[in-house]
Amino acid sequence: MNKMHSALRELAEMDELAVRVSPIHALHPAAKLIATVAYILVTLSFDKYDLSGLVPMLLWPILLFALSGIQVRSCFYKLRIVLPLVMAVGLFNPFLDRTIILRMGTLTVSGGVISMLTLMLKGVYCLMASFLLMATTPIDNLCAALRQLHVPKMLVTLLLLTYRYIGVMTGELAVMTDAYHLRAPGQKGIHISAWGSFLGQLLLRSMDRAQELYASMLLRGYHQHFHYADIKPFRGRDALYLLGCLLFFFLLRSVRLAQLLGGLLVR
Amino acid sequence: MHMADALLAPAVAATMYVASGSVAGVSIHKLKKDDESRKLPVMAVTAALVFAGQMINYTIPGTGSSGHMCGGMLLSALLGPQAGFLSMIVILTIQCLFFADGGLMALGANIWNMAFYGCFVGYYLIWRPIMNSRWFGEGKRAQRARIIAASILGCVITLQLGAFSVVLETSLSGITELPFGAFVALMQPIHLAIGLVEGLITSAVLLFVFQSRPELLQGVEPEGEESPRRSLGTVVAVLAAVALVVGGGLSLLASSNPDGLEWALFGNAEEGYAENMGLDEEAYGVESAAADTAGAIQEATSFLPDYAFADSDSAIGTTVSGIVGSAMVAGVAALICLAGGFFCKKKAKA
Repeated sequence: MNKMHSALRELAEMDELAVRVSPIHALHPAAKLIATVAYILVTLSFDKYDLSGLVPMLLWPILLFALSGIQVRSCFYKLRIVLPLVMAVGLFNPFLDRTIILRMGTLTVSGGVISMLTLMLKGVYCLMASFLLMATTPIDNLCAALRQLHVPKMLVTLLLLTYRYIGVMTGELAVMTDAYHLRAPGQKGIHISAWGSFLGQLLLRSMDRAQELYASMLLRGYHQHFHYADIKPFRGRDALYLLGCLLFFFLLRSVRLAQLLGGLLVR
Repeated sequence: MHMADALLAPAVAATMYVASGSVAGVSIHKLKKDDESRKLPVMAVTAALVFAGQMINYTIPGTGSSGHMCGGMLLSALLGPQAGFLSMIVILTIQCLFFADGGLMALGANIWNMAFYGCFVGYYLIWRPIMNSRWFGEGKRAQRARIIAASILGCVITLQLGAFSVVLETSLSGITELPFGAFVALMQPIHLAIGLVEGLITSAVLLFVFQSRPELLQGVEPEGEESPRRSLGTVVAVLAAVALVVGGGLSLLASSNPDGLEWALFGNAEEGYAENMGLDEEAYGVESAAADTAGAIQEATSFLPDYAFADSDSAIGTTVSGIVGSAMVAGVAALICLAGGFFCKKKAKA
């Protein structure tokens, strides 16, 4: 399976997850979007050595996974992009920051190790938060919410149209790539002689297709106004969810939950 | 080069959102003013194609490895900088939301690092001046050579700027213990090689378009139509001005930790490093009347000495320096947009 087939499968999986039914799926997309951004901001605001403060932040995504009925393992596949990048940056920390900040018997832990772990946790948490947003919100509803939040119409329409055409274009390129590799067995990628023509041909066809698409949109009554999905109004429970989330993040940021719980057992 | 959320501090992420958002606002305004909203389907289809096209592996002859094309340069050459920028925003948003490539908070930084440099710097300061120049002479062969030169130069320079911004943003966020100079030395050469390969692939696609449908390319006149060309001197002057403005502006955002060269010469006693070459920073340099006069002028005119307010060691001073620096970056962006608009009008009149 080539990269394009994998991408199509990932998109289809996200679409399937987003249309499920659960209390989280039923929430207003704007409430979910604001809560996600707030969560990421609070997560990133922790100091690089504050590992104990950061650990309890896991509670919110775990709670959301449980309430939405989405399995945690479904987002692990996406870690393949985030983790190597974060690790590449954080990997130097244990070698460059050797200040001992934790002793457990004979075992010593340097500041570099703690900051690397903190960095990795932040990466995983932020990924889970973004994943949960998209896994519980269809793109049409998210775009409608973005319009309600006054994101420019041109940008939102472009996002929606591009998302729709990504499936078509990726599918077409996947077929082309398969056909190319069937005729060039054992070849890793596209040969230099076909660098321009391979994508260029599809590009020209696509530009023509876009003109036809615009003509068909005009024939169907498109006058610079795009109709977005009808989403339910922002209700009391959405406000309650948003307020609850913000309060929860504030508590996790200001109260040392891990130390409090640890204090119950260790004196 | 997609940055993850974890690599940015909230303040840096917010600053980059403001910078990218401002450029997006200007782009939308320009497209609306020119009644280019009818371009939307073309932008969407081309963006979708670039998104998919970036997954194709192009074999690099003789190496066994493969490369990808550069989306920013390709989109700006096909759609123009504003439409290309918006298309890149959408591609980066979809990559971030659906494929976890990048992050929701890092989106502003990623847009700046990849879309802004690729579309605006790449178009106004590299693609258009080169395409309008007399480089390589006249005729179709010369135009083909100009397309190759502009694509390679564009990809290399914009990728270098993007990679430098990644280092700057990560260092300002205090994420990595890696010294600024070492981080730069690690990032820039890798992206130089990537830029060269991306440039070659992008030029191959653009050459194919030029061969089949030259009217689709921005800044390329079809055969037989004469247009006022800028001389090589103008191109060099524009590139020199960019180097000065960008270099000068970005230096204000440098980390308070010494860079690789400073670190090697003087060490950093405050950070606990040994004095590497044992040189005294205060006493180092050439003593002359001219140097003293220049130093006095610098003392008098530097409104943010050592990146803080004069005679102030406060964190507020440093923060204000950061804000001023960010404003200057945004200013550079605005200047580039304005310069583009100016040249557009000039061309229309001509």
